[in-house]
Amino acid sequence: MISHLEAQGLTKMYDGSLALEQVDVRASTRQVTSVVGVNGAGKTTLLRILAGLDTPSEGKIVMDARELGVEELRTHCTMIFQKSVMFSGTVYDNVAYGLRINQSSKQNIQDRVGMALAMVNLNGFEKRKARNLSSGEQQRVAIARALALERAVLLIDEPTANLDPANAIIVEQIIRKSAESRVVLLSTHNLPQARRLSHRIIHLHSGRVVEEQDTASFFANPRDERTRLFISGELQF
Amino acid sequence: MGLDYGEEDFVLDPISEGVIRAIQLILSGDPEVYGITALSLFVSISGTLLSSVWSVPLSAVLAFRNFPGRGVIKGLFNALIGIPTVALGLCLYLLLSRSGPFGILQLLYTPYAIIIGQCVLVTPIIVSFTTSALESVDPDLRTLARTLGASSRQTDAVVLREAQWGVVLAVLAAFNRAFAELGVAMMLGGNIRNFTRVLTTAIALQTAMGEIAVSIALSIILLAIVVSLSIVINIARKSPR
Amino acid sequence: MILVHDPTSEYRFLNGSYGVNRRILADNFFIIVGSSQDSAGIAGKSPADALRQIRSAGLDGRAVWVSRGDNSGTYSKEVSLWKSIGLSTQQLRTEKWYLEAGSGMTATLQLANEKRAYTLSDIGTYLSNFDKHNIDLVTLIQANKSMLNVYSAIANNPHNANMTRANYAGAMQLIRYLVSDEGQQLFANYGVSNYGQALFQPYVPLVKSQSNQTLLGWIRELAFFEGSECPPQFRNNSEDLYLLQGSVLTFPTSYVLHFSSWAWIMERRILYWTRFQRA
Repeated sequence: MISHLEAQGLTKMYDGSLALEQVDVRASTRQVTSVVGVNGAGKTTLLRILAGLDTPSEGKIVMDARELGVEELRTHCTMIFQKSVMFSGTVYDNVAYGLRINQSSKQNIQDRVGMALAMVNLNGFEKRKARNLSSGEQQRVAIARALALERAVLLIDEPTANLDPANAIIVEQIIRKSAESRVVLLSTHNLPQARRLSHRIIHLHSGRVVEEQDTASFFANPRDERTRLFISGELQF
Repeated sequence: MGLDYGEEDFVLDPISEGVIRAIQLILSGDPEVYGITALSLFVSISGTLLSSVWSVPLSAVLAFRNFPGRGVIKGLFNALIGIPTVALGLCLYLLLSRSGPFGILQLLYTPYAIIIGQCVLVTPIIVSFTTSALESVDPDLRTLARTLGASSRQTDAVVLREAQWGVVLAVLAAFNRAFAELGVAMMLGGNIRNFTRVLTTAIALQTAMGEIAVSIALSIILLAIVVSLSIVINIARKSPR
Repeated sequence: MILVHDPTSEYRFLNGSYGVNRRILADNFFIIVGSSQDSAGIAGKSPADALRQIRSAGLDGRAVWVSRGDNSGTYSKEVSLWKSIGLSTQQLRTEKWYLEAGSGMTATLQLANEKRAYTLSDIGTYLSNFDKHNIDLVTLIQANKSMLNVYSAIANNPHNANMTRANYAGAMQLIRYLVSDEGQQLFANYGVSNYGQALFQPYVPLVKSQSNQTLLGWIRELAFFEGSECPPQFRNNSEDLYLLQGSVLTFPTSYVLHFSSWAWIMERRILYWTRFQRA
């Protein structure tokens, strides 16, 4: 089933300064959409608003032609953070958390946790204490946690910023796989990663969308000067 | 026989005498000593648990919700941790005595008065420590819970669960304070034999009677309970689950 | 030194070589107090009858008794009172109406007040608390031979190796003062301005005047050891302390001086003899 997520005119003000200004976003199932930009461009803010964790000062978010409020957003979207946070408890407890608070049946939980752990290659890790795992393994647990919920939209903030290359590759594979049945939106300042993973790239700069194209065009033919500078690594902010 | 006035002179120095007497009293199953110990445990455990019933939710409110005067209330509880037990005892004595507003309940000089007194005594300890424990839980955990679908109440539950050992330690600290205090038990209980005589008041009496060996014996029992409880809790905390 | 009102324990104290030079200072009477409702109906009875009635009312659930339960002088008196009607506190403390407070006199009175119970009290503490409106118990039984309360002073034994840090000289000085005219006057005056009654009857004037033979007889029965307020073996360099003032024999005044000097000579002989025995 194809879903379309669309944000229109998102604006966010923090203490008198604009974190986001009239941001439009489009993302669909089977497509990985990346949001790139320098640190402080507003990528995390954008993702949090899309995840329903923050309320925009202006703008609306529409999914499959239906406008979603903040509460509803949280039931359709889930977010994975740059630095993964583990609940105290086992890997199983972590992955099952979202299902348990929804009062799913024990069998259902078992099945979905199993599937999620399989997707991130952590079968057999159920009984291990989550906080004792390596950061790469923890990030995979975080992803499994999100996958188990089978939400329509997956928002990932800097998925591999804290990981070593080996783990980074594994996580990228997982992201590709997840996108087959979900809307995946990720933020990154790692351009090669954006190139590898995404179908569409949005360049966010100082809270504004300055470029939005499919990946090939984005790198071959950036329309905005700032994008060109960003790609070449010379962008000041 | 146990705690009755004895006419023996010291054979050894008082401390050794006390230790030997303690072992004798414990091993002989002296009913009076066991009775006093059991009452002490009953009173202090009841008081502590009763206090937790409102202290923990109150701590949750203080930790999770922002409202005007929050800082003042937190500061107040912190200050009341060290309230002198005799001052509190006096205050409650005036409330519970026959000529006081609650005299009609006839609680004074019963174990229930001590329970109430110790309950009030330890509330600031539980509130202060628990609020602290809750506030030191990683705030990102709240955000995480929310994005996994948790309601406001469910995120509170997450923080509470993450801080659970902090809560346990708060309750343990509260119990230690209640178990080892004298002022409240003496003023509200009256040290009535077989009724409101607890370890601390018994020690005070035995010392006043010059029965140093018995005082030491009871003190050893009191310390032993406090220390072993701490050890047990710490082992439980560290053990793999 | 100690100021004390428990003759039985005092004798043990002297026998254990802890103290010397005992002097009786004053006396008054214990009282039994209770709520004005007097559920056991003891007002005006003799102490023995009163206690019997309190017990039977207690067993019936109509009355409560609060005991000091702390081996104090007042507690000792209470124990002996029960003993005089054939009851041991070992037995009584198992009965529900008999509460042991394990506390001082004021705390015990407060407890009795709260429970509207009966208790034995010394008159000074009772009046002090009654006056401050801490308690509303009333006096139900008073002056009577069995309620006699005798206060004494005993100095530490300077030859006792465990008590070398005690101030024997100071103790003796204080004891001498307390039995002097001025010291005894303190006892006579105490409480008059606050409570309208003297709380103590000084002992020395009582002996000098020989006016109340009954009372002196009671004191002798309760608080004398081996026929004297301080048997010679417990005296230490203090013969002067017992001159003229220790005699309770009923001779006409004109013979008293004569007898006293004879007593003095006899005491010196006894002392020389006892010292000889010890050496």
